[in-house]
Amino acid sequence: MKLKQLESCLQQVNGFESPKLLLEQYPTRPHIAACMLYTIHNTFDDIEEKVIADLGCGVWSAQHRGSGVRCWVSTKLCIGFDIDEDALGIFRTNAEEFELPNVDLVQCDVCSLPSTSLEKSVDTVIMNPPFGTKHNKGMDMTFLKNALQMARTSVYSLHKTSTREHVQKKAADWKVKMEVIAELRYDLPASYKFHKKKSVSCLKDADTFCKWCTAIKKKSKAPIHQAWRLLCQS
Amino acid sequence: MKLLTHNMLRSHVSGVTRGFPLIIRAEEVKLNSVDFNREFVTRMIPKLEWEALVQSAESLGHGSDLPRELVSGYENDEEFLKKVHHVLLEVEVTEGALKCPESGTEFPINRGIPNMLINEEES
Repeated sequence: MKLKQLESCLQQVNGFESPKLLLEQYPTRPHIAACMLYTIHNTFDDIEEKVIADLGCGVWSAQHRGSGVRCWVSTKLCIGFDIDEDALGIFRTNAEEFELPNVDLVQCDVCSLPSTSLEKSVDTVIMNPPFGTKHNKGMDMTFLKNALQMARTSVYSLHKTSTREHVQKKAADWKVKMEVIAELRYDLPASYKFHKKKSVSCLKDADTFCKWCTAIKKKSKAPIHQAWRLLCQS
Repeated sequence: MKLLTHNMLRSHVSGVTRGFPLIIRAEEVKLNSVDFNREFVTRMIPKLEWEALVQSAESLGHGSDLPRELVSGYENDEEFLKKVHHVLLEVEVTEGALKCPESGTEFPINRGIPNMLINEEES
C-alpha cells in the first residue's frame, strides 16, 4: 500500500467525541501517523508480525490504524492501553467497523504502572504520549519509562522539540540508545479552544508545536536510513 | 481480550504479591479467525507463562488438549503450534470479569476491554 492510500484510510477513523483537556486528548493526524508507521515498518521492521503496545492510545492511535490496513502492515497483535473508558469505547467501535481481528484494549493508568508490571510483554511500543507540560508535568517521561519497561525491542514516541535534550539525558541514564528519526511540523487540530488560539501563534513560531519522533532501540539493529521533515497541509 | 493479553496482565491491588494469573469469569466468549504464522507462535511460546495459559484456556472450555507442561521439540509440531495460535489469538473474552487470585478483587470486562483501574476505596 502506498503512503497516500494509508493516509486516506486513516482519515476515515472516528475521532474523540468530547476531548478531555486534562488528558490532553487530541488525535494523531492521519498524515503523521501514516508517515510514522511507514518509516517504522520500512526502515526498522518493527511492525510486521509483532506484538505492539500503544500507551495512551486514545480513540485509535498510530499502530492500530496501521493494522487496519493489514495488506500493508500486519502486526500480530496491537494492544491499546488507556485510562479513559470513553476513548476506548470509540476505539472499539472503530476496530469493529474496520473488522480488525488483531486489536486488544486494556483500561489502565499507564502512569502508575508498578515496576514489575507488563515487563517485556510486547515487542514494540508506539505512542504519542501527552506533552508533559501544563497540568501533566513530567507525564511524557513517565510514559517513556514505562514504555521501556514493556518493550522487548523498541519504543517509538513523539515528543515536543523543547524536551529533546532532557530526554537524551534520561536515555543515557537509563542506558538505552536513542535516535531522532524524524522531525515533524505538527499542526494540532483545533480540538480544544485554547489550542485553536495557540495554533494562530503557531504560524509565527512553528516550533512551539513541533514534535519529534524518537526511536529507542533496546538492541540497535539498523542505522538511521532516513530522517525527514514534514510540513503538514493546513 | 485475547488470552495472549490475559497472559501479561496482573493484579496490582495493594498487598498482593504476585496477582497472577487472573481468574477469568467469562459471560461471553467469541472466536475470531486470525492468520496463522508459525514463526510468530514459535517465537512467543518461550515468552509465555505456559501453565497460566493452559489453565485459562481450559477454564473457558477452549483448552484444545494442550499439555500442562511444554514438551520439547514443539517447534516442529505444526498441529501443536496451530492449537497454541488458536488459544492465544482467536479465543476472546468479550464480557465477564477478571478476578485477582489473592485479594478477590474483580476487574470487569466490557466489550472485550478489561478495566484494570483499581478503586482503592473498594479494595
